[in-house]
Amino acid sequence: MFTLLAFTTVSMYLAVGAVMFVVGVVCMATKRNALGVLMGIELVLNGANINFIAFGSQYLRPNSLGLDGQLIALFVIVLAAAEAAVALAIALNFYNNHISIDVDRADELKG
Amino acid sequence: MINLLAVNWVDFYFIIFAGIACIFALGVLLTSNIVRMAFYLVISLGATAGLFFLAGAEFVGAMQLMIYVGGTLVLLIFGVMLTAQSRFISMKTHPRDWLLAIIVGSSLLMLLLIAAFNVPEWHDENQVQAAVAKLETADSKTATPLGLALTGVRVDKIGAAERLKPGMSGYLLPFVIVSVHLLVVLIGAAYMARAKRGIRVASSEETDPTDD
Repeated sequence: MFTLLAFTTVSMYLAVGAVMFVVGVVCMATKRNALGVLMGIELVLNGANINFIAFGSQYLRPNSLGLDGQLIALFVIVLAAAEAAVALAIALNFYNNHISIDVDRADELKG
Repeated sequence: MINLLAVNWVDFYFIIFAGIACIFALGVLLTSNIVRMAFYLVISLGATAGLFFLAGAEFVGAMQLMIYVGGTLVLLIFGVMLTAQSRFISMKTHPRDWLLAIIVGSSLLMLLLIAAFNVPEWHDENQVQAAVAKLETADSKTATPLGLALTGVRVDKIGAAERLKPGMSGYLLPFVIVSVHLLVVLIGAAYMARAKRGIRVASSEETDPTDD
């Protein structure tokens, strides 16, 4: 296990990506501030991006994904920017209407 | 001997960047102060860009720094500042929610770590050596192939056996779709953030004069 931990491999990148993904998921589940939920989403997208970069890296495996992994990571980054803009507009709208940023207060659609 | 030293330096920087990224991601989770969360997120994403540089994806790393850290997070920090009333700065979560989230999160983490270390090829040191031996040059130049792939030409697959027809394996259509998507989303976000504010000013003047 220790010799395994001492080398920069795809698995170690995947482990870092897994930690960031899980932290983002738990962040989305526990934060009550809508912007905290947004930050959790950013962490999740970054964890996924680390995986794409690791599988696309030509330094870690001989037959890697190649440039496709980096291209998908670029698309994820751009889509994350778009998502953050829309989510921030929604959060500011919610704040203007309710004078609150607590996601637990957004229960008007509850049956 | 020189090769061994190089491998050790890669490991050194990998451990530093990975440690910073994971520890500050945990900081985002564990602090309840929204301003500190934004700061920790900046550091975590910056260290992730370091990991990208280390994996040879220097263009994606630069884009991570410019778009994510320079654009998206500035947007988030503006959101934090616009909503930073004292009662929203630090919002506590109920312990029951923490318990449930920790149980679900730790089991998910366990699953993902088992999956990450399950394939022997992914943590084999010989694979790294073979990959490095296969490279012609040590430095990676990915900006030009990436730009050409976005316009539909895959210069990195010219010698490949399963070579597709020129222009058929590129990313021109996804690039156009993403561009139009980004344009529409930004127009929509600007419209949504603008229209409601006008309504709110009009209604707050007649109903609630104390609200600024």
